[in-house]
Amino acid sequence: MRLVYNTELPLMLRIERIADEAEDIKTLVFMHRLNSRPGQFIMLWLPRIDEKPFAVSYQDTDKFAITVKSVGEFSEAVHRLKPGDRVGIRGPYGKGFEFELYQHVLIVAGGYGAAPLSFLANQAMLQGKRVTFILGAKKASHLPYLNRLSQAHVKLITVTEDGSTGIRGLATEVLARILHNHDRTGSLSVYACGPEAMLKAVVDICRNLHVAAQLSLERYIKCGFGICGQCCVDELGIRICKEGPVVDLETAASITELGVYKRTPSGRRIAMGDKK
Amino acid sequence: MKLRNPTVLASGILGVTGSSLVNVARHGAGAVTTKSIGLNERAGHKNPILLAFDAGLINAVGLPCPGIEESLYELRYAVENSEAPVIASLFASTASEFGVVAERVSRAKPAMIEVNISCPNVASEFGRPFALEATSAARAVEAVQANTRLPIVAKLSPNANNICDIARAVEEAGADAVSAVNTLGPGMIIDIHSAKPILCNKTGGISGPALRPIALRCVYDIYKAVDLPIIGIGGIDSGEAAIAMIMAGARAVGIGSGIYYRGIDVFSSVCKEIQEFMDHGGYSRIDEMIGIAHEKEARNQK
Repeated sequence: MRLVYNTELPLMLRIERIADEAEDIKTLVFMHRLNSRPGQFIMLWLPRIDEKPFAVSYQDTDKFAITVKSVGEFSEAVHRLKPGDRVGIRGPYGKGFEFELYQHVLIVAGGYGAAPLSFLANQAMLQGKRVTFILGAKKASHLPYLNRLSQAHVKLITVTEDGSTGIRGLATEVLARILHNHDRTGSLSVYACGPEAMLKAVVDICRNLHVAAQLSLERYIKCGFGICGQCCVDELGIRICKEGPVVDLETAASITELGVYKRTPSGRRIAMGDKK
Repeated sequence: MKLRNPTVLASGILGVTGSSLVNVARHGAGAVTTKSIGLNERAGHKNPILLAFDAGLINAVGLPCPGIEESLYELRYAVENSEAPVIASLFASTASEFGVVAERVSRAKPAMIEVNISCPNVASEFGRPFALEATSAARAVEAVQANTRLPIVAKLSPNANNICDIARAVEEAGADAVSAVNTLGPGMIIDIHSAKPILCNKTGGISGPALRPIALRCVYDIYKAVDLPIIGIGGIDSGEAAIAMIMAGARAVGIGSGIYYRGIDVFSSVCKEIQEFMDHGGYSRIDEMIGIAHEKEARNQK
């Protein structure tokens, strides 16, 4: 037996199922009651390799899922895993989305950024909210969760930069159009996750139109529970793993580094978009 | 150096960026300490670097550092914007490198320099920590002393065979204070399902409640050995723990893991709890409690 103390140690879980979600994007399903809020994340540990944060992309009473895009050494190792393999899970961590107060949940997702928002959409539908899901990507093959979102009866609007499916253009252009034509009946909040240039645009649009918004941000996370200081953002000095990853519109607007730079594992600032 | 209150943010926690240090000061810390600054860029160890087990935290962050220029940018930001004094912690692989880093760091005008001679997690690269031997500890402090006019605090290791010898050595080498202690160990945590150590570095330093009685004993012993002011560090998460540390001989307390147990407001909580104890116990100043756990004659036997 193991006594129960307050700890931050990985819980070893078997992968129940792996689903291909889109090009280079896979979802890993675990049988475990996680009790997370949409927007929260877990730390995924591959013994002796590394451990990285992933947003919870699905959850019901007895299982949850995370979605992993193959972008580097670690995520490639995750993509090689098979159902039945064991990995470590810590969490859930961080602050999630607040949606209970709003009648209309208007989601803007950039590609793989749809992960926490697809969980949010499911939860909001369960609570009888009106959910609009703007799902954007470069091209059709980069759009995740198409089946799940169509089955969930959300109002799904797909947007691609190359026009290979849905509306041709940017998700934020569609957001701006919807908000301009919005009849202002019922309370509404925007929820966004995706590339930082997109998030910057969401901040500008929502501030101009005085619409509430919550954004899920990403920074290099090490400990995940607010101690090491790796993920702190300028100039507020707040921790993305603790006071985030979901922040409200005014907080996002006060994060001066948003869309400008981020820090590497060493702590060095690099321009947004640079690799090393 | 004058502290706003007796709680100091210990090095290695929430000290990567200048704005984070400013944020911790805003939450009530009496002084804040940077993550240890070195000469060259280092990514540190891969994850996991920090875990909480049932009796404390275990970490092997591996001294990540963005390099001296970026570190100075963060330090200057903290010095200019923090409402509490900023202590610049520094590390190096040789005594002469300590001197080089100290000279550079001093230009950013921190209130004090902490010489981190006791990190237990980089032995494979750096060799045995300076703080385990009196002569090497003294050499590191002398090198810093020769390159700065700022006050110096030497951070000691609980893993030294006789921490009093080290304390005396750094006192003679010119240290103005000691902070005691750095993390204990190293220790290890093994996941029995994968049969693997969990920390990427396999081993890591122990802090938090598990370290508290050891840190307390170290401070108690150091107080008898030297006249230097002591920053007592190790498992401080409450006014009670802080007062015990002060009674052992500490003039101030360092807080790190306590942020995990009590949140970022731990500094103001500890101060409030110290004040409540003093009000009930009839103490009017912290000074009245420093070292009172010792027998009266103890300090005369140096």
